[in-house]
Amino acid sequence: MRTLTGQAVPDAGDIEVLGLSMPARSKEIRARCGVVPQVDNLDDELTVAENLEVSARLYGIPRGARPSAIARGLALATLEDRPDDIAEHLSGGMRRRLLIARGLMHRPELVLLDEPTVGLDPQVRQQLWSQIGLIRAEGATVVLTTHYIEEAERLSDEVAIMHQGRIVAQGPPDELIADLVGETVYEVWGSPATLTEVAARARAAALTARHVGTSVAVLGIERLDVRTDGGLRAEDLGPGRRRAATLEDVFVVLTGEELT
Amino acid sequence: MTEPTPETIRGETIRGETVRGERRSVTDAPGATVARARPDRGGPLPGSGTAGHRRRPGMVSGVTAVLWREWTVFRRVWFTTAFGSILEPVILFVAFGFGFGALVAEVAGLAYLDFIATGAVAIGALFSSIFPALINGYFRRKEQRLYDGLLAAPLSIPELVTGEAAWNALRATAVGVATVGVAIAFGVRPAASVVLVPVITVVAAFGFACAGAAFGALIRSTHSFDMIIVGVIVPMYVVAGTFFPIDGLPGPMEALALSNPVYHLVELLRVVTFGTGMTPMVFVHIAVVVGFDVVAWLLAVRLMRRALID
Repeated sequence: MRTLTGQAVPDAGDIEVLGLSMPARSKEIRARCGVVPQVDNLDDELTVAENLEVSARLYGIPRGARPSAIARGLALATLEDRPDDIAEHLSGGMRRRLLIARGLMHRPELVLLDEPTVGLDPQVRQQLWSQIGLIRAEGATVVLTTHYIEEAERLSDEVAIMHQGRIVAQGPPDELIADLVGETVYEVWGSPATLTEVAARARAAALTARHVGTSVAVLGIERLDVRTDGGLRAEDLGPGRRRAATLEDVFVVLTGEELT
Repeated sequence: MTEPTPETIRGETIRGETVRGERRSVTDAPGATVARARPDRGGPLPGSGTAGHRRRPGMVSGVTAVLWREWTVFRRVWFTTAFGSILEPVILFVAFGFGFGALVAEVAGLAYLDFIATGAVAIGALFSSIFPALINGYFRRKEQRLYDGLLAAPLSIPELVTGEAAWNALRATAVGVATVGVAIAFGVRPAASVVLVPVITVVAAFGFACAGAAFGALIRSTHSFDMIIVGVIVPMYVVAGTFFPIDGLPGPMEALALSNPVYHLVELLRVVTFGTGMTPMVFVHIAVVVGFDVVAWLLAVRLMRRALID
């Protein structure tokens, strides 16, 4: 993420952002990007509105346009009623909203969010998602890194799954799921011994099975459901539950983690 | 791919990666997921429109943004700052002017109170530029991570260094002027050319601020503050002709003093405050003070870059 704003220099390769090459046109690139860092770096000594004003000045928003940019930032952060609160006195959720609003207030073409939801409670995370929704509706491209697969599936038009520094799959979440793990997952709960046996039987039927903590998830179970030859059926694996396949299933299959 | 197994999937993706080649684009960021605008999600934002301002921020707007930030904070804390700035020279005048001055009548052709007065202006200028630069610089970089945020915006490291040093230089100049005021209250009678004190002070303090920023970028933990203060700042203000003239010092110490920009600042302050010592040496003093600005600025930019860019 930091290489995109010139704050880290890559060991090898060239970087192009918005069609401009980094670091030659670093400043121009940064002017057109909005960055929401992983680590909170709000200016504790300034008020909410002043934090936004510094940002407006840094991004070269002309004097006349600054008040409306700040108003937009306050609205994005839903802190319209607290412009004069010192940032240090804000709650964790408010800080995070302000941090995001600060990165979005100047109408960036490209928004870089570096694990913005790490350590957030579900409520704050949803507020953040709605902020991202607003900026997407305005036509900005959003690049978001996350370890929460569910978040990637929910928010993204396109997902790139990275494993050990390489992209192992890239595409719309629905397509990745359909292509790589099928539609439906059959999940069986039981003792470790039972689970090992279920997994073995699933694999004997050429299905992929993975341990998910206390259960085994058998992927692409719909292929058993359409069989008419009287062979193995999902229920034969044991009492379980069907659910839709998720991006997390894709991730685990691709990265080989937890795979039995 | 109808029947994916882990093996075939991995084979597929590895091929995909090699096809992609060397050129990296934004979609290749670590762990990135890419979301293109999809108007069917999310509602409109208050005051939103498609037209953005597209003005490329220049050098000046970067520096003024940094200055505005400092000024905004200062407006809230000025009283605390002003209190220390007035009290410090008062203590110096009382302790040295009356305490030590009672033993010494005249130093280097000046009444001791006059001698210490110009020393106090220089010390005030040094302290109120190098200390904030060093301490704020360290904490903003390492603890608050303010600089990371500023550099993600279109601000360059030279602009950041220049803006902060300019602010500290202005503040130090205000302290220098306040110290002249305290000196007058204590009975010092300066010449009319004393009005040049702010000019000299702002130029010198810019270099001190850059030096402070350079050390702030250099140190790795708060433990190093002691080393910088005792090893650098104390010699800078003591071995500088501030409390005593340097010509009585042993050879190496005198050489140290001659290479100390604070010494040259004090000498210039004495020239303008009392109209004494208008010799060609004045040009040497000016050259050292200005030269120190340049060297310290270059060093600060270099060390900040090393500390902030991975």
